[in-house]
Amino acid sequence: LQSFLGVFRSLPSLEKTVGKCLILLKPRANRLVVQLHCKYGVTKTHNLAFQECELLQAVYDTQRCASSLCAPARVLAEAVVHFPQTLAEVTLGAGPGGKISLRNYMEDEAAPSKSVVTELRLAEDEFQTVAVSPGSRITFCLKEFRGLLTFAEASNLPLTIHYDEPGRPVVFTLEDTVLEVHLVLATLSDPKSDLQPPTANGVSHLPAPSDDFADDLESYMIAMESSAYEDGPSGAPPSPTFPLRTPRPAESDPEEEEEEGAVPGTPPHKKFRSLFFGSVLTPGGPSPAPTQEVLAEDSDGEN
Amino acid sequence: MRFRAKIVDLACLNHFSRVINTIAKLAKTCTLRLTVSKLYFILSDKVANGGVSMWCELCQGNFFDEFQMEGVAAEHNEIYLELVPENLSRALKTAQAAKAVKIKLTNKHCPCLRVAVELPSLSSSSRIVTHDIPVGIIPRRLWNDFREPSVPDFDVSIYLPVLKTMKSVVERMKNLSNSIVIEANLSGEMNLKIETDLVSVTTHFKDLGNPPWASEDECQSSAQDRDLESMAEARIDIKKLQQLLAGQQVNPTKALCNIVSNRIVHFILLHEDVSLQYFIPALA
Repeated sequence: LQSFLGVFRSLPSLEKTVGKCLILLKPRANRLVVQLHCKYGVTKTHNLAFQECELLQAVYDTQRCASSLCAPARVLAEAVVHFPQTLAEVTLGAGPGGKISLRNYMEDEAAPSKSVVTELRLAEDEFQTVAVSPGSRITFCLKEFRGLLTFAEASNLPLTIHYDEPGRPVVFTLEDTVLEVHLVLATLSDPKSDLQPPTANGVSHLPAPSDDFADDLESYMIAMESSAYEDGPSGAPPSPTFPLRTPRPAESDPEEEEEEGAVPGTPPHKKFRSLFFGSVLTPGGPSPAPTQEVLAEDSDGEN
Repeated sequence: MRFRAKIVDLACLNHFSRVINTIAKLAKTCTLRLTVSKLYFILSDKVANGGVSMWCELCQGNFFDEFQMEGVAAEHNEIYLELVPENLSRALKTAQAAKAVKIKLTNKHCPCLRVAVELPSLSSSSRIVTHDIPVGIIPRRLWNDFREPSVPDFDVSIYLPVLKTMKSVVERMKNLSNSIVIEANLSGEMNLKIETDLVSVTTHFKDLGNPPWASEDECQSSAQDRDLESMAEARIDIKKLQQLLAGQQVNPTKALCNIVSNRIVHFILLHEDVSLQYFIPALA
């Protein structure tokens, strides 16, 4: 991505000199060509090398999320400013009295007397829409969320948050006339929730997370992804390996990028994946491929 | 033991934040002593601090609109807390536009200072941000460790040069040496000196003036008999001096230092409603 960004580095000078920009793909030469047609007959051609890779698609459906909130990006940006820049995760909750709360998440429950606990309460009427299950709470990665907020604030777009139970992904969406953005983040699963019976379609519940998620992260992530995959053939057990769908060739993704959220250096019991899509989705959304083809084993964790 | 306080005035809030920011730059952990009329930020001279000690005193009436304190016992109507001032500084940092800030001592899972910031919002109710800052309650038997340090029997007392100038001089010297010599005499002259194998640098300040100390007892008279030109000097850790100067966010009304030759340098920085004393021991 760095090389692509490098072409557009200086926006002010681009605005002054570039008449049009041509982007074309040369698959045989493995080159993405970005051609800037500038003033005075100058043409700058950038040949960016690319490699094809298998695309990971997150399996999610915002319609199935029990709760959703929509607020101007500015309100949420003003909310996160109270948390330290180094904070990794934050808990969003629907609190009593209709307040929506944001609280810093402390990894180490054993040392509550060491760190500052910060909590922000927002009234319901700061939001454009609020449809939340009372008492619901999810914990997700703040850093990624801040990144999206910066973009949303700059574009002055309202942000919608769709979430469900802890452990199921949270989806942040932005919409415009020219683009639609979905940021999908994993959420922390609630250790107390493994008392609930498995869901109706036979998909087994998350593996009972022990207090240290450390060892079971891989199967935890896999089970989380597969439990979110809702319309497989009925009765099919979730695949033990990472389910993938090949993207349909007709989809056009003008702004697709994939971001590997798992940072090798993070402590083992915290690994969040985020897949950032900006795409004009075809109506009805992508439907699951009839056969589930595993194209690659889950090798991301080994990076 | 109870403590509740509230700041409503923005200027008072900014002033208080600046004081906390200064304290946070000087001490990683310190003691907060609360009495009915004053707040004190205290750092006692432990080996861990490099022998540095600090005493900062504020009149609560100049900052808080409401202030209620009930100490551990009627005869000892005070509270001593151990805290990390940086936590308090951060909590106040985003309160710049607050409608009100309330501070309260609570004990839900562990003793905390709860800072509740009420922020304006476009909706009918305000936004509330709370920061629960963990604190340690210091038991009464340890209170003696935190008594106000007495003014040392100094050889020379002199007003400091303009802090901004002094700060930039010391910052440049810090790159060259680990220790700095402060010397001054009763003629208003001060020199800051560093000396290494490669280079020695001295900055001279003149006409600084010497504060008149009323001789309360015989101890101070030794200073009066002193030769006016004779320099009292102390070699101190340059980083500690730089920390003190860099932490000042506002120009003090009065800034002076008392030098006990080869023992200790005692800095006093006075603002309208805050006084800060900082002791830097001389290096062996």
